Amino acid sequence: MNAKQKDFLATITINVIVAAVVGILFFLLAYILISGLPHVSWSFLTGTTDSFSGAGGIGVQLFNSFYLLVLTMLISIPISLGAGIYLAEYAKDNWRTHLIRSAIEVLSSLPSVVVGLFGFLLFVVKFKIGFSVISGAIALTFFNLPLLTRNIEESLSAVPRNQREAGLSLGMSKWKTEIGIILPVALPGIVTGIVLSAGRVFGEAAALIYTAGQSAPVTNFADWNPMDAASPLNPLRPAETLAVHIWKVNTEGLANNAAQLSAAASAVLIIAVLLFNLGARVLGNYLYRRGTASK
Amino acid sequence: MEQTNSDLKPNDARTDDWTARLHRATRATREDWLGRGISYLCIGVIILVVASMLWFITSKGIATFTQNHVNLWKFVSGTNWSPNQDQIGALPMIVGSFAVTFAAAIVATPFAVGTAIFMTEIAPNKGRKFLQPVIELLVGIPSVVYGFIGLAVVVPFMRHLVSGSGFGIISATFVLFVMVLPTITTMTVDSLRAVPRFYKEASLALGATRWQTVSRVILRAATPGILTAIIFGMARAFGEALAVQMVIGNAAIMPKNLISPAATLTSQLTTGIGDTIDGTLPSNALWSLALILLLMSLFFNALVRLIAKRGQLSHER
Repeated sequence: MNAKQKDFLATITINVIVAAVVGILFFLLAYILISGLPHVSWSFLTGTTDSFSGAGGIGVQLFNSFYLLVLTMLISIPISLGAGIYLAEYAKDNWRTHLIRSAIEVLSSLPSVVVGLFGFLLFVVKFKIGFSVISGAIALTFFNLPLLTRNIEESLSAVPRNQREAGLSLGMSKWKTEIGIILPVALPGIVTGIVLSAGRVFGEAAALIYTAGQSAPVTNFADWNPMDAASPLNPLRPAETLAVHIWKVNTEGLANNAAQLSAAASAVLIIAVLLFNLGARVLGNYLYRRGTASK
Repeated sequence: MEQTNSDLKPNDARTDDWTARLHRATRATREDWLGRGISYLCIGVIILVVASMLWFITSKGIATFTQNHVNLWKFVSGTNWSPNQDQIGALPMIVGSFAVTFAAAIVATPFAVGTAIFMTEIAPNKGRKFLQPVIELLVGIPSVVYGFIGLAVVVPFMRHLVSGSGFGIISATFVLFVMVLPTITTMTVDSLRAVPRFYKEASLALGATRWQTVSRVILRAATPGILTAIIFGMARAFGEALAVQMVIGNAAIMPKNLISPAATLTSQLTTGIGDTIDGTLPSNALWSLALILLLMSLFFNALVRLIAKRGQLSHER
């Protein structure tokens, strides 16, 4: 075989590989949507789950997923914003910064089950809070922080230096320059990163099984006082999310239509995550256009 | 300064007031302090989280050896896992974890490298526009959904293909292969793009075909990056819990072949930790498994750093 033939063969092989990868994705999406969507109905989306068999609707789980997501973001965005600003602006290039960066890298590479177990150890065992929304949200924060911090740092660092110089030369404090000038410029990147991480948090389950718990007590959606035990907003109640629900129905579900249930729930989950991904792109582009005045 | 002082009366209240005012921090300085404080606090929180995570899991994980006085060697080499009868040999799970990790990496690498070559060398424009969203979508699919599909499609398929339950290392490999594929692909694309353009141009100018250029110049130059990508993929596969737990069968016995039920460190943790009482041997033994996971994750991390360092050196030479 001469070089030309080899080249041809290699090209063919690579094309076949790419076709296989694309095929796998289309198969996955088609499988979930085709097997799941027919079972998705309004009553499925809003109904309650039978706590013994796991059959029934996913209303509470869906709410829990969003509630956990909001809480996680409320905790993790300010912290990672501060940490991102530190890394982009204040960190000097010395061993301490290297240590901090390594720590963040370690945190981002830890398996989510380890992060979840740490949450379990801290909140459920040590602080005796029990399986609760707040334990889950903090565990998800641990999992979310390094990725968000890195994203914010990168977005801030990408802002040209002269923007900083302009701010400082006007006699503004470094902090005001950062908040008033640099942050708005970096906002499209940051928002895109936040929405993408929201999609990841929304689908995360391993870190939640032993922090937010695997039970979804029926809640009274008319009661919006966070202090009441039956209120959906109560941060101390256990909260099974959609992703955990899928896992549970598949592994220990006693419902005789477990496969259909999890197909439908998977379809809902996938659509939600796809919307997050799409939303990140649309929102990022929109903010970019607004921020840079380029039509 | 002294002259000014002698001109004015020494105890003039207004002078004191002015010196004090001039020495006081301006609003901008105070803002700076505040900002600096906030950002230091935030980074401190992250450091605290990482440190306490390492500390807590390590101290829980070594309790098996310090409190229950289990022999470390017996723990990592024992093959009998029944914590309720004081038998804690973790080898089946360790072998299971490594088996699925290596198998997934071996299957995924050719696909990932092929896709990356397509995206950077064969059809950079079309490939990027079309494959970038495909890979992002694969990343976006939550791991429980992969597990569900594994359970609904791969397991019955394996049951059909070879007899048995269909649960086992090979099913887990299939699921993990798809999960690590996007990780390895994106990072490989980055490292292929980082190869200087003139390497390629020089090779093509010498009359090499595209494949010769790709296989002998570009892939060679990008090897450290590709290795890093594979290790990242392996780290992900090693730590993946739910998708694997759903398809591997969860039998804590030494895996004899690829198609019989097995267990990994993560699957054992997910199924076991809720059923144990804190402080007892079964619970401590599970925390030791978590410690192994943690150490492996640190090991992968160190390996990536090592390769990155050596890669840099070889480029400079």
